[in-house]
Amino acid sequence: MSNHKELMLGNKAVARGLYEAGVCFISSYPGTPSTEITEEAVKYDEIYCEWAPNEKVAMESAFGACLAGRRSFCAQKHVGLNVAADPLYTMSYTGVNAGLVIAVADDAGMHSSQNEQDSRHHAIAAKVPMLEPSDSAEALAFTKEAFEISEKFDTPVLIKMCTRVSHSQSVVETGERNVPLKTYEKNIAKYVMMPGNAKKRHPIVEARTKALTEFAETTDLNRVEMGGTALGIITSSTSYQYVKEVFGDDASILKLGLVNPLPEKLIRDFAARVERLVVVEELDPVIENHVRALGLEVSGKDLLPMVDEFSQNLIAETLGQPVPDFRTLDEAIPPRPPVMCAGCPHRGLFYTLKRNNCTVLGDIGCYTLGAVQPLGAIEMTLCMGASIGALHGFNKMLGKESEGKTVAVIGDSTFMHSGMTGLANVAYNQSNSTIIIVDNSITGMTGHQQNPTTGYNIKGDPAGKIDLEALCRAMGFERVRVVDPYNLEQCDKVLKEELAAEAPSVIISRRPCALLKYVKHQPPLTVDTEKCIGCKSCMRVGCPAISMKNGKAAIDNTLCVGCEVCSQLCRKDALVSHRKEA
Amino acid sequence: METKNIMIVGVGGQGSLLASKLLGHLLLSRGYDVKVSEVHGMSQRGGSVVTYVRYGDRVCSPVIDRGQADFIVSFELLEAARWLPYLKKDGVIVTNTQQIDPMPVITGAAQYPEQLVEKLNATGARVDAFDCLKLAEEAGSSKAVNIVLLGRLSHYFDLPEDAWMASLEANVPAKFLEMNKKAFQLGKNS
Ligand SMILES: Cc1ncc(C[n+]2csc(CCOP(=O)(O)OP(=O)(O)O)c2C)c(N)n1
Repeated sequence: MSNHKELMLGNKAVARGLYEAGVCFISSYPGTPSTEITEEAVKYDEIYCEWAPNEKVAMESAFGACLAGRRSFCAQKHVGLNVAADPLYTMSYTGVNAGLVIAVADDAGMHSSQNEQDSRHHAIAAKVPMLEPSDSAEALAFTKEAFEISEKFDTPVLIKMCTRVSHSQSVVETGERNVPLKTYEKNIAKYVMMPGNAKKRHPIVEARTKALTEFAETTDLNRVEMGGTALGIITSSTSYQYVKEVFGDDASILKLGLVNPLPEKLIRDFAARVERLVVVEELDPVIENHVRALGLEVSGKDLLPMVDEFSQNLIAETLGQPVPDFRTLDEAIPPRPPVMCAGCPHRGLFYTLKRNNCTVLGDIGCYTLGAVQPLGAIEMTLCMGASIGALHGFNKMLGKESEGKTVAVIGDSTFMHSGMTGLANVAYNQSNSTIIIVDNSITGMTGHQQNPTTGYNIKGDPAGKIDLEALCRAMGFERVRVVDPYNLEQCDKVLKEELAAEAPSVIISRRPCALLKYVKHQPPLTVDTEKCIGCKSCMRVGCPAISMKNGKAAIDNTLCVGCEVCSQLCRKDALVSHRKEA
Repeated sequence: METKNIMIVGVGGQGSLLASKLLGHLLLSRGYDVKVSEVHGMSQRGGSVVTYVRYGDRVCSPVIDRGQADFIVSFELLEAARWLPYLKKDGVIVTNTQQIDPMPVITGAAQYPEQLVEKLNATGARVDAFDCLKLAEEAGSSKAVNIVLLGRLSHYFDLPEDAWMASLEANVPAKFLEMNKKAFQLGKNS
């Protein structure tokens, strides 16, 4: 495999870089667009990989492994770094033993995220260096370089990915694996961050930033590409690719690969060589503010948007270059939003919640699609785990007015991630809350990762399995019920009972995701068109396999998995099951 | 050589990732610089999905913008219409005529536009529309729509058939190879 050219996904290139850099330990929590880094790394037998319950635990585990003297790594999406911010900010003080690198993948354009935050602020606030590749070849090379920087400067190092770098394939050349090991040595002054010790570490952090700034002036992570001098552009990441596409050699470019700390002299020198200086960066004006603080005249967010991702046409238009003509259709094109899959176990539960007019405080996962029409059954989604905390506060304030009709809905993976502490709060501070855990036995939204409730590890081998019922009982919940979301009558009955109960309760809605390989599907339903009166009752569950054709229900037999949730709504028995008993 | 652009569009779950993987492999084997950009995650759940394949001497941007696509390869008719603005003035749309109702159409909040092929033609765009699902089923699996489309796309490329076959062999499991080869030929000769 050495010195071999191939087309590689940016995330896979990071994984290859980890392999070549001799990484021994990876712990991550999935999150688009970062997930494939860890999924690709686990294919190398030489690297121990695991899914942690959340990003904080992942980062702390990677820190422990680096203390033990092995190069270590963790990956997360941008919002995952908020969860792991606590260890990060103090790891900046302790520094590392063997190298420790942390990938964070931003999602400008919010292809799969709840916000559009710019992770560079974390690098600045935590005072750790951040590298930002612009394609797969750089993703591989920068990952290796990040470990060198980590060990040389005694610091964790961030690698900032983004959707377009993580999820684009470009050409890379691979190399050999080389494993530098270190030994652990007790060092209380360095690793025990209590005030007396931390006070002595902070000046070291400031000195390190100074040294890294010097490094930024000369490292080839940053490079100048001189072209026409009428326009000089400072840029990084995927923005560099758009700029290069539009201008080729017509403009001069300062391409930054090390985005924290930023160089000063390099920027001043570049600015002096061009007539007009523009910073092209997605999201926040981080580089631009730095350039301004140097007292240089520069454009940036006065021209370019602070929201959404960029593209070549956007850069061309903004900087006065031509863009191609295009054709349009004079026709309303209906949108095609994502929907719950046919046979999704979440559907029956949300239908029940809607029928009971519940106020649903939601969480993040496939089940967030319960907010989409025709179900429209979720009224709040904030961040992972927030459903339970929010329900507690809501019920504490509204009491009887809300307790009988308000629920939290949270997935199995999300519950393990950050729902447990919320549940502890309900048990401790005693709100009369009803929490529904939608347990589809997998982390669905991010593409089927195992988690502590599934009984399998990242390789699919048997692993520890958390018993949700026992866990809830141990926290003090006396009312813990389990329902099958394919059984609408049962769901309805149990929901009503638990909402009426004068005690906090947990309902576990349990059925594995219909896309899991081991889940056996039933034959598709058929429509008895003699019996169907076209009342559209079956369409209230919003299944993509059901539509109306010529005034009658029609079932798409390439999608239907025979879950029979729809047929429970049909009063004319027109949806015919072809169930095969096991 | 100027960078060439192929967009692959469809509905999440239809198999567009295999199509882009195969094209990427093929174009790299012909010595081009290649970039392929995909979106994973949320939009895979039955939403509108798009993959960009770009090749040339040096490819910079991983995405294709309005007015730039030499080809739009579409798994579904409404998606072909959705992405029309991305077609280059003299580009070609190669599309399946299959129609999959999006949720707003299913719920009755919107209508699936009628006679889309005619309407696309009326804009002056070059449109090559045919029933890929029928051909895929004829080849042995409704899942082979992606390969039927690639067979059709191969018409427009000046590349030896061997090269396409080599990429097919490298990217599909051996037990489905014969079926996929048949799907490719059916698409090509339709
Ligand atoms: C802090 C944070 N980490 C990761 C994610 C990405 N993410 C969104 S939902 C989800 C988990 C969904 O799994 P689960 O709760 O089991 O619900 P399912 O999708 O299976 O219905 C993840 C990891 C996120 N949004 N925020």
